[in-house]
Amino acid sequence: MNAKTPLSSEDILKRLDIYLDVEFTFYHNEQHAKILSALPLTQQQYILAWVQRTASTHHELGYQFMAHIVDILNEIDAKTIEAWALHAMDTYDVKGLYPALEIIRNVSNFLQLSHEKEAGAVLEDESAILLHFVHGLSGRKLKLEEAEQAYTDTETIFLPALVAPLKNKKENFKLYKVMVAYCWAQSRFGTYLINLYTEVENSEYPEKFIALFHAVETLRLEHCLARELPGLYRQLCEIKSQLDNSTLDLQWQAISDQLQSEICTANDTLDIVNQYLNQLEPFTPYCYQGLLQPEITASVIQARINEEKKQLKNILRKMQDDFDEGKEPKPPQKMPANERFDLKEIKEHSSQQDFTMELTLDDQPIAPPENAKNLMSSILQDLGEIPDEYLVAAGDGEYDPSFFEEKEEDPDDVWKVPYHEEGAFLYNEWDFKRQNYRKNWCAAREKVVKPIYDNFVNNTMSKHGKLIKHLRKTFEAMRDDNKLLKRQTNGDEIDIDAYVEALADTEDGSEMTDRLYMQMQRHERNIAVCFMVDMSGSTKGWINDAEREALVLLCESLESLGDRYAIYGFSGMARKRCEIYTIKAFDDNYDEEVKARISGIEPKDYTRMGFAIRHLNKKLLDIEAKTRILITISDGKPDDYDSYRGEYGIEDTRRALVETRRAGIHPYCITIDSEAKDYLPHMYGVAAYTVIDEIRELPLKVSDIYRRLTT
Amino acid sequence: MQVQAKKTEEYFIKNKPFYQRVADEIEIFEAAYQQKLPILLKGPTGCGKTRFMEYMAWRLKKPLITVSCHDDLTASDLVGRYLIQGGNTIWVDGPLARAVRAGAICYLDEIVEARKDTMVVIHPLADDRRVLPMEKLGEILEASDDFCLSISYNPGYQSVLKDLKQSTRQRFVALEFDYPDADLETDIIAKETDIDKSVAANLVKFANMTRNLKGSGLEEGASTRLLVHAAKLMHSGIAPTTACHTAISQALTDDSDMLVAVNELCSSVF
Repeated sequence: MNAKTPLSSEDILKRLDIYLDVEFTFYHNEQHAKILSALPLTQQQYILAWVQRTASTHHELGYQFMAHIVDILNEIDAKTIEAWALHAMDTYDVKGLYPALEIIRNVSNFLQLSHEKEAGAVLEDESAILLHFVHGLSGRKLKLEEAEQAYTDTETIFLPALVAPLKNKKENFKLYKVMVAYCWAQSRFGTYLINLYTEVENSEYPEKFIALFHAVETLRLEHCLARELPGLYRQLCEIKSQLDNSTLDLQWQAISDQLQSEICTANDTLDIVNQYLNQLEPFTPYCYQGLLQPEITASVIQARINEEKKQLKNILRKMQDDFDEGKEPKPPQKMPANERFDLKEIKEHSSQQDFTMELTLDDQPIAPPENAKNLMSSILQDLGEIPDEYLVAAGDGEYDPSFFEEKEEDPDDVWKVPYHEEGAFLYNEWDFKRQNYRKNWCAAREKVVKPIYDNFVNNTMSKHGKLIKHLRKTFEAMRDDNKLLKRQTNGDEIDIDAYVEALADTEDGSEMTDRLYMQMQRHERNIAVCFMVDMSGSTKGWINDAEREALVLLCESLESLGDRYAIYGFSGMARKRCEIYTIKAFDDNYDEEVKARISGIEPKDYTRMGFAIRHLNKKLLDIEAKTRILITISDGKPDDYDSYRGEYGIEDTRRALVETRRAGIHPYCITIDSEAKDYLPHMYGVAAYTVIDEIRELPLKVSDIYRRLTT
Repeated sequence: MQVQAKKTEEYFIKNKPFYQRVADEIEIFEAAYQQKLPILLKGPTGCGKTRFMEYMAWRLKKPLITVSCHDDLTASDLVGRYLIQGGNTIWVDGPLARAVRAGAICYLDEIVEARKDTMVVIHPLADDRRVLPMEKLGEILEASDDFCLSISYNPGYQSVLKDLKQSTRQRFVALEFDYPDADLETDIIAKETDIDKSVAANLVKFANMTRNLKGSGLEEGASTRLLVHAAKLMHSGIAPTTACHTAISQALTDDSDMLVAVNELCSSVF
């Protein structure tokens, strides 16, 4: 058969039957096969490949993809087909089959959207920049989230997923920027200093009230933006002139002029609204204006006010305690306890952004810590002032020292609620059948190994006493060594040998060398290494013991070497419950606790390797080091409760190791396996690896491998 | 103008450098100088530490010997070494020894960058002994009353590897520097570069935006020095946004998202 002859309808049918598992699913593919048979070979192969990939996610998805693609073959190019199929599969991962099928069926909608996406700005792509932008604008760390329309609740700015009214991406990005700045201006210039929610509640015509308020306030904020961010204001005007009717009628113009002054506040807006409520219609909202959400905002503000009051009082208490501590015996209190703190305005400032109050304690100026400063400026934004009652240090009853400790959720608690992803690290996973990542597929959490204080470490040390001595010696020999380089052109000291020789040379008439100095050269071992230890159920018994012994020996060796190292265990059950166990973090010292944790390593659940590799990659990249190494120690094939087994697990692990390598980290894998398996070269091929068939050798081998790796 | 080569200890600052006082740092420095105490200047990069040293050298009419420390700086680079000339070896003083001999102000800039063993040679100079042992020469150099040692470091780079040892830092009178507040910084930029005050104010506003980003994507905000650079470019007729892009944004980060964001902030202000 000629290599370029298109596949016959029968051939195609045969393949489709396999891809779609027709034996069980009973799809009818004859019609589709016939249409496909008329196409050239390359196109046939392309489509069939994508059918296979979508069907690997779900048969119905594959079938519907097949059914729809034949209709639109002429309107769609290869790149769009790919985007369409991937989008459907991603949707399947997140929302399930029906929404995914909807995307396949509604292909025309997808096409239109993708055209819009071409010219429009997509929040997902721009959010990193916009987030930096808004953080730069103000101190409060506003968040960005997706919503139908733009609005802010003063903690988060909500933005539409896509804006596309302008002609190209760049212009549409500007619109995003203006939306963000406008939402920021609402918090910054005190739109919410008035209680909008009660105002709306009390109004006779709540809807009209809010619309009019929004319109008038927008004019006020535009003046604020013009003053504060003239450059942005110019862009805002440009966009308005393209999308909105930006000329105001006379009455509106008059209102706008009224609000031009710097001293105008939201109260002035409110007065105007109340004055004109019955006489004035709001103008058509501007394109960037979004919504006002008084109710949502009010509850967010209230929650924050309560929280911040508590926080501030706690911080003041701490300051007061620190302040008093220095004075022994305690001076008689001149002032009642609730009047010790005071705030004075220093001076009128050109930029209101700075915190311009001076805090005093017993009439002495005191510098508030950074967190107190941020809190106070945040309270100022909400309330316009810091009420006196805030300036009282927390009493003994209210004082909560745990406030100063970092709040950390117990990872175990999370499993009790249905939202497993909250606060977890999300990692992609490679689906080899789909030839693409499943996005945010694994939810990983960090836990700490429960330390067991027993004699394990000591026993290991005496058991391997000789070996440890030997290891220490070899590792010490690898330490930073200063090397004296002789015969250099410059250096700290004169190389007398070279000099004598040179003088002799001059005597007999030959040329004198200029290499007369010695230089001390320092070799710095700038290495960070992370060990990833298998804690799956299959390590139970011998392997677990050997692993723990290996870690003890390793720690002893590494301590004498001085390299930075961390040890983590991994295990898990299914993709939503991936667990990383901290045994020794990079900052931990090798102390009793770490030793007890090593002793406490116990077999847990399954072996899902990809997420652990990805998580530790991230850890390693956070460490500043010239050489980064990731060493995995496991007892065999990746395997998990869900579909993470066989080829899938191997391919994902392989992929994760490719990512490691790409990130500039050196991966190395150690497998304990009595039968050298044929999949190992493929899975670990990207990394270097060793198979240890005798478990007893593990403790010695690990240290030995490390030594060879780093010299 | 002809280029003049001078010996380091003959380098007097003749023209009064522009330095805007922020608090009582000048008095403290003078008092420490009188009492022969060494001085440590702490503060982020580009906030005026070096300028302050120049100003104080001018004020006290002493030569200023500045050594910018780097991670290959050895003790002999500071103290001195033997060199070969003709058939003989001769001793050549390093900058620290020269400063001690001449009664100059020796300023070791970014001291933490220097190798740890290097820092130890300044210890005898930095306490009440005020001597510089020169081991290779077999001499001990006693500092005159005019000699002054000062060092600077930036606590912002909180790397374990680059921290000042307690034994070093506890020998010094510490002066903390930070970016001046907005009005003062505006004045400084306007005076230093002759640009319009309103433009300078906008520059400071932009700088504060970048300082807001410190810790959430930027390692440091824009320093006063960078603002001066941008202002100088503007003074020569470069458009404000271009000046900020080249003099500030590009200097702050290589991260492309952050670069775009910083540039957007900049174009919002101007």
